[in-house]
Amino acid sequence: MEPLGKHMLRAELESFFDILEERRQSSDISHALRTFSAQPYHEATPPSVKALNRMVLESQFLRYVIAEVAAESGEPPECVKEEAAGILDKMAQNLQLSFIRLLGFSLSKIFKRLFRSIWVNEDGLARLQQAIQEHPVILMPNHRSYIDFLVLSYIMFTYDLSIPVIAAGIPLMGMSLIGEIFRRSGAFFIRRSIGSDKLYWAVLSEYVRTIVRTGFAPVEFYVEGLRSRTLKSLTPKLGLMQMVLEPFFKGEVYDVLLVPVSISYDRVLEETLLAHELLGVPKPKETTTGLLKARKVLEDDYGCMHVCFGKPVSARALAQGRVNRGQFNLVPRGLPLNASAELQEFVNGVAHLLVRLQEKNMVLSPWSLMTFTLLQSPQGVDWDQLTHKTLWLRTLALRFGAHLNWPAQLADSEVMSDSLALHHSIACREKGRVQLVEEVGPGPVTQEEAVFRKASAVLMCASYRNQALHVFTRPALVALAMTTAASPRKEDVFRRFCFLQELFANELIFIPGHAVQDFEEGCDGLQQCGALTITDQTLRVTEEEQDAIIFLTAILQPFIETYEVVCRILCEERFQTFSEKSFLSSVRDAVIKLLISGEVRSYECLSSNTQKNVLWALLRMGAVSKSRVAEQNEYRVSKAAVRRIWETLGGRVTPQVMSYSRL
Amino acid sequence: MTARDLTTSHPPSRRRAPLTRALKRGSGMASDGHICERRRAAERRLRVISGHLHQRAQDGHAAVSAQECKAEASRANPAKAAPVPKRRHDIMKWNGWGYSDSRFLFNKKGQAEFTGKRYRLSGLILPSLKDWFEGTFGANLQHKSPATPALNVSAVPPPNLNESFVEELKAAGVALSQEPEDRVFRSHGHCLHEIFALREGRISRVPDLVVWPSCHNDVVKIVELACKHNVCLIPYGGGTSVSSALECPPEETRSIVSLDTSQMNRILWIDEKNLTAHVEAGIIGQDLERQLNESGYCTGHEPDSMEFSSLGGWVATRASGMKKNIYGNIEDLVVHIKMVTPRGVIEKSCQGPRMSTGPDIHHFIMGSEGTLGVVTEVTMKIRPVPEYQKYGSIVFPNFQQGVACLREVAKQRCAPASIRLMDNEQFQFGHALKPQVSSIFTSFLDGLKKFYITKFKGFDPHHLCVATLLFEGDREKVLQHEKQVYDIAAKFGGLAAGEDNGQRGYMLTFVIAYLRDLGMDYYVIGESFETSVPWDRVLDLCRNVKERIVRECKERGVQFPPLSTCRVTQTYDAGACVYFYFAFNYRGLSDPIHVYENVEHAAREEILANGGSLSHHHGVGKLRKEWMKEAVSTVGLGMLKSVKEYVDPSNIFGNRNLL
Repeated sequence: MEPLGKHMLRAELESFFDILEERRQSSDISHALRTFSAQPYHEATPPSVKALNRMVLESQFLRYVIAEVAAESGEPPECVKEEAAGILDKMAQNLQLSFIRLLGFSLSKIFKRLFRSIWVNEDGLARLQQAIQEHPVILMPNHRSYIDFLVLSYIMFTYDLSIPVIAAGIPLMGMSLIGEIFRRSGAFFIRRSIGSDKLYWAVLSEYVRTIVRTGFAPVEFYVEGLRSRTLKSLTPKLGLMQMVLEPFFKGEVYDVLLVPVSISYDRVLEETLLAHELLGVPKPKETTTGLLKARKVLEDDYGCMHVCFGKPVSARALAQGRVNRGQFNLVPRGLPLNASAELQEFVNGVAHLLVRLQEKNMVLSPWSLMTFTLLQSPQGVDWDQLTHKTLWLRTLALRFGAHLNWPAQLADSEVMSDSLALHHSIACREKGRVQLVEEVGPGPVTQEEAVFRKASAVLMCASYRNQALHVFTRPALVALAMTTAASPRKEDVFRRFCFLQELFANELIFIPGHAVQDFEEGCDGLQQCGALTITDQTLRVTEEEQDAIIFLTAILQPFIETYEVVCRILCEERFQTFSEKSFLSSVRDAVIKLLISGEVRSYECLSSNTQKNVLWALLRMGAVSKSRVAEQNEYRVSKAAVRRIWETLGGRVTPQVMSYSRL
Repeated sequence: MTARDLTTSHPPSRRRAPLTRALKRGSGMASDGHICERRRAAERRLRVISGHLHQRAQDGHAAVSAQECKAEASRANPAKAAPVPKRRHDIMKWNGWGYSDSRFLFNKKGQAEFTGKRYRLSGLILPSLKDWFEGTFGANLQHKSPATPALNVSAVPPPNLNESFVEELKAAGVALSQEPEDRVFRSHGHCLHEIFALREGRISRVPDLVVWPSCHNDVVKIVELACKHNVCLIPYGGGTSVSSALECPPEETRSIVSLDTSQMNRILWIDEKNLTAHVEAGIIGQDLERQLNESGYCTGHEPDSMEFSSLGGWVATRASGMKKNIYGNIEDLVVHIKMVTPRGVIEKSCQGPRMSTGPDIHHFIMGSEGTLGVVTEVTMKIRPVPEYQKYGSIVFPNFQQGVACLREVAKQRCAPASIRLMDNEQFQFGHALKPQVSSIFTSFLDGLKKFYITKFKGFDPHHLCVATLLFEGDREKVLQHEKQVYDIAAKFGGLAAGEDNGQRGYMLTFVIAYLRDLGMDYYVIGESFETSVPWDRVLDLCRNVKERIVRECKERGVQFPPLSTCRVTQTYDAGACVYFYFAFNYRGLSDPIHVYENVEHAAREEILANGGSLSHHHGVGKLRKEWMKEAVSTVGLGMLKSVKEYVDPSNIFGNRNLL
């Protein structure tokens, strides 16, 4: 993805239009009932649900797997086939235009209540319309809220584009009635943990491939796998990614176009739930009554929403020179494809690229920028200073290529006051000082409860910072690498940079094998804002702009602190072998103690998400090993290795020379 | 209404008035006792041939002579079939395809016509070709790109002769020439870039000498002398290569001698007990077939190039014939091969129909593309001329249905002598070649047919495609066979569409190469290429390759969408042969040949990525060499190299094909 990737990641300005504007001026009923005439791919007419399911069940692939499963389990093939049919019945979508219309009508009502406006880039829609006619299209939105998928289908309906078929989680299906409405609006349902259920994988993958092959509707799925609780992009999952690409690998379609869709919310409906989940409070089960109870969220104001349809990315162009499609020539098309290491790497690269493209097209709110300063001042901050710093950050963000939704016709202070008002549940201004709002609860509280309340506010605030984090990631990582590198020589800083990248690979999105480009991008950013000069392969911070380096480094501080504290806890005696569950609860307890004692300062250390990421990182780097004992994952710590990583992170040890890509 | 109804307006039989002239020409090799029978057979055969060479309208004066073969109807010279002359450029174009007297042109009225008297289309006006041509390529009759009219002899590099070799050759009495015309004629095949360069008058490395052995022993002598004096030999048969196989390697410093086999063109014997014929390898397809016909036999091997390609060439490239479903491909037809190599003569000691004597040495020879030696004599299977022949065609609503039908036909192993499926673009191309209709009745019928298919049956004229069929054998069996095939077709939505469409489809094959020359007069260049592919990938391969061509052209600045079309030309148990035509208007491009080559390269990459083979029958030559390792594995290539090393250590056969 070398030259292509760099070119594609360049940000471009797009013009957005508010689709709610028209809805406020004309009848919702006639919008829902108007003639809908989408232009499908190659004039493909959608097969009936029955026909599609039959195609899947009678495919050579499924027949093969069924025979295999039957032979392995000793069950008669008919039973296995019935089981497969059962899985398919539970999974399959049942797209019906009448339900789209019903949904269109109700969504018009709901969206108008929730949002001030829904901005969509019409250029992107025009490109999408073109793409849908040329090749099978995969819509790949980021996932921040339950309403993501409703909003996409709604936009597609409004603009006469083929309604997508959507991969959704089984929990949604569990909601009576709503599940059925979703199914009829084009959702198909996937079990959360498929594990090693061969038959399930087979049915799912053949189902997805068949839809891509026939191309009657775009396939929509969340490459991040699930809703991001931190509002930060998640490391992509590869299962569905590979399934949608397979028809291209095998030549069953000429190309597959991947369309990144970036959905940005001024304010996310689920914001309080998110913080609670991160702190380990279980999320409520999705039920219809739960949804009805959640009606009170409808009373609130959620600002604007931006939906940006990115440029379609051609799988063929990406695969050019990287994938030898001839490798499948010797196996019948219908048989399972054993993905070579090269292929898996490619799929992984594509998935990461798409997440990066989603990030690039995010539209940031002023509030996102304000949270950076708020989080760096736990004791609160003067309004004037907040204004000053936020405006400085705005300049920086624009320089780094971010899209901002900063209304030009209003005074800056007005924009910021507005944003603060919208997020009254997170922060408030009192006597010229802005502070985070803590949840009010009954009576006297224990120390632990106080920590929890404080942490909840911080995590909520942090999630909005996370929405904009990607803009600063690379320059911040270079800044951080410089402060702790063995010498200011470029190669030392780069080595340090690579170490940090590897450590944070689950935390922040880096395209694998792109370390050099990422490093260059970070350096470019710092040079542009005047904070860095490079002479004779040596990186130097300029005196005047030292603040920028400090600020950028501070952005990553909460993560560094979490990684350090988790390493520290893991190095303690009692950790030998543990399960993920016991890991999380022990770490949480230990962190709370450290927070109370003041040894740990950032409340973000309580984020279970970051804690898990530390575990994955250590696992990836070989400091923790995983084995399966009695149907459960058991982890085993190598204390020496953890300690080494911990010390390297603190800059006390220089990173070992590893097979990093060369500058 | 059944599928058959469309055909009832035509008489089903091809029986015609007896052809007296044919009867007078007995076969020299026939014994007296069999002469009557054989004459009858020959008569039958000629009737059949006249059937597909001439239109019904010409029935009144359809005196077909015994000289005619399938492709060529040389009414101009009925008395004697002239073998290929040494000075080929006397009757053939030096910078284009085929006979000098036969070519397409747009006349003063802007109508296309085909000149000469040799072909069914000769002398006819093709009213719809102009519109098709201009519409398909965005070409314009005002914009001409004429060829250099004559060979500029001074542009031909002087021969680099090995004097002592020439002396000894002369002493041995072998015919030879160092005339520039002779040498230029044998310096190329019919790849686009080769013809394009000639039309522009550009001459690159050409052979230094042309020799014409007249028998096996001459060849032995020539090869011996070549080894002795270290000159490079390039065997030359019909010159119809489309793989750059005849191109002289520019890096060759030795004297290059083109060994023209055309004078070794006799049928040495016919063995009626075993049904074989022993033939000199220089004979060209139409002469072989015609001469065998005179004895009541045929080989049934009819590659599209059979008017010009030679038996030795077929063997050297692993050729495939249109009617392989009945007669087999060249590897099935060959019983015995004699080849002269620098190590000596290679041949088997008997003519047993099958042997278990290690790897079949014939398979080192077949497909060796002139890198190991010269094939001099071949024993081939022959068959009695079939009693009855019938064309047919089937319209399908779309290409997918058509392929499904062909697959089913192959599955039931009931493929007719030939069955081909053209895609929609090629179907329209075929239509553009319809000659002017003389009778109102025919055009009325055409209108009715079109109405029936598009309006009544609801076929979309932009999606429908046509299969063309050729049945051969006993009359009874042919009719039975025909019914079987049409019944299968009906299951896939196919409608019988008459014999005319079928016949025109096959005619397209013979005139396509002439048409390319017409295109080149008006800024249109094109080429065909082929592959073979398993059944389950046929549709995907066709779609992806055609699409790749269109996109590559666009990316490389081709102004008008190219013609990118394919047909399935052969069916096998496990797959099919697919043939692509690709042509575009090159106005506005500074280096059209480079663009063309890039696109063809991309198309081949696409074929390989989709599970297609490097070549089904055109061979590798130098054009597709780069993929050989990938195609046959490193070990495979090593095997071939070690054979070359043993057989020809000094690289006397230095055309550098294949390896």
